[in-house]
Amino acid sequence: MTPLELATSNGARLQNAHAGAALAIRGMTVSYGQKPAVFSVDMSVPVGSMTAIIGPNGAGKSTLLKAALGVIKPLAGTATVFGQPVADARARIAYVPQRASVDWDFPTRVLDVVLMGLYRELGLLGRLRGTHKAKAMDCLARVGMQDFASRQIGQLSGGQQQRVFLARALAQNADLYLLDEPFAGVDAATEKAIIDVLKSLRAEGKTVVAVHHDLSTVADYFDRVFLINTTRVAEGTVEEAFTPQTLQEAYGGRLATGQLGQTALGA
Amino acid sequence: MMGEEFVALSLTPILIGTLAAIACALPGNFLLLRRQALIGDAISHVVLPGIVVAFLITGVVAAVPMMLGAAGAAVVAVVMIEAIRRLGKIEPGAAMGVTFTAMFAGGVLLLEQSDTSTVHLDVEHALFGNLESLIWLDATGWSSLWDRDALAYLPVELPRLLAVLIVVALFTWIYWRPLKLSTFDEGFAQSMGIRTGPLGFALVIVAALAAVAAFDAVGSIIVIAMFICPPAAARLMTNSLGAQVAWSVLFATLSAVLGYVFAGYGPIWLGANNAVSAAGMIAAVSGVILAITAVAGPCRSRSGAPAEG
Ligand SMILES: Nc1ncnc2c1ncn2[C@@H]1O[C@H](COP(=O)(O)OP(=O)(O)OP(=O)(O)O)[C@@H](O)[C@H]1O
Ligand SMILES: [Mg+2]
Repeated sequence: MTPLELATSNGARLQNAHAGAALAIRGMTVSYGQKPAVFSVDMSVPVGSMTAIIGPNGAGKSTLLKAALGVIKPLAGTATVFGQPVADARARIAYVPQRASVDWDFPTRVLDVVLMGLYRELGLLGRLRGTHKAKAMDCLARVGMQDFASRQIGQLSGGQQQRVFLARALAQNADLYLLDEPFAGVDAATEKAIIDVLKSLRAEGKTVVAVHHDLSTVADYFDRVFLINTTRVAEGTVEEAFTPQTLQEAYGGRLATGQLGQTALGA
Repeated sequence: MMGEEFVALSLTPILIGTLAAIACALPGNFLLLRRQALIGDAISHVVLPGIVVAFLITGVVAAVPMMLGAAGAAVVAVVMIEAIRRLGKIEPGAAMGVTFTAMFAGGVLLLEQSDTSTVHLDVEHALFGNLESLIWLDATGWSSLWDRDALAYLPVELPRLLAVLIVVALFTWIYWRPLKLSTFDEGFAQSMGIRTGPLGFALVIVAALAAVAAFDAVGSIIVIAMFICPPAAARLMTNSLGAQVAWSVLFATLSAVLGYVFAGYGPIWLGANNAVSAAGMIAAVSGVILAITAVAGPCRSRSGAPAEG
């Protein structure tokens, strides 16, 4: 086989491997300044799975999600969603950004925030009907926030805000859910409420990808992990990829080895 | 009784002031929420080199080439601000500061270097405009509103500002949802396929259009005040974007009407015998409205409320 043939047959094989993927990222490289934040990352998320993206602060987790969504322009790399380019699959994607990216002083009420999830359905000038509001209220009820519908968004606690953003993602009625730290700063009860919603999504056959920091709950919540520290460290089922070795590699000296062993063994 | 004099001397300035105020306040709402409210200020400074260049090219002092020059300068400034912000990774306020001082200075230099000494481009006109002079002398009373001959002599600023206001209002109406989404949560808006870059650019261009048209008719004081004061006061009245925009239109109208009336009659009521600048009074009224809402508005004083851009 010539190198060219080898390369093309490799390409074809990879293409096949990605054909059934809910999200497939190839060679993603993103840089804000000199140093790349994400370097040549491949990722393949099977349909119907629940994947945790794990890595230390600044590892490029948010950057990877944003680049996959086309929110940031990558230096190189592509992303496909259910085999289509992201631009053609937007209706099938719901995204919950990391909390800090939102303007909390913005004059908008909780129900309006959830209605934003219906933008693709409504279009520029489509009339907002009672059915849309009812749908948004349903989504709020799914996350237990129906009593807060007319509060200004900035007047909620962090955990409540997080649930509202999950409700907005639910309103999008997508097939692939990308969540950036849905559990950041929430208490145990809210965490339970959120994970229940995510698990119910998986039960409906949807695909969930979430950036996650709490190593002790990874095995309970997720079936796959993706470890990243600028480059991909490991990817696979929790048993395969969530080991003391891979964690050591992703976090370096930042976690005590004892803690690493415990978390991964406890898993 | 008051009909004749009012229609001939006060109606058109009040209408023009109101149209200008609303045209600036509408985009001002979004600019304020995006922490870009000073862009109105920036635009009214950067138009100077545009006006000078327009004069140098055409050699005449005429409204249309000057407005084109001003609009061109505004577009150049907007592009420069965005470029400095993105390439230099500098916060928007600083990028605007650099741009508008540089372009204003450029305008002053151009003015000095070129043979414009014969032209009347004075500072007072630029600041306060000439609202009081935009009168409708052909009007003989309310009936003139149906009189074709008299209507033909309406001050040209009136239809011009009306056209600009229609453009601004249409833009706000059509792009309401993407504007709201991308102002609130840009990353999410982009993930939905909204092209936030071009949209933000279009918003600033529309604001520039309003600023240039208003600047030409009523001077830069009103432009700067109307971009900031009515939206900021409106924000303190409500927690809903739609209501905020409605309040800002009401406050802009109130400022223009009350400001004009106070400027014309206030000093007389107080015993003085000459009127004060309408533009200055309109801006002052909008400031007073902002002060009242800052003290008594129902939605003030949440943490870090962006009362000022
Ligand atoms: N807007 C930006 N401009 C410049 N550098 C950035 C920007 N956003 C992120 N970075 C840098 O890129 C790298 C990756 O950031 P990213 O936000 O993707 O990390 P993360 O894994 O999501 O971290 P965290 O766990 O803290 O959310 C970091 O070194 C960060 O400093
Ligand atoms: Mg992050």
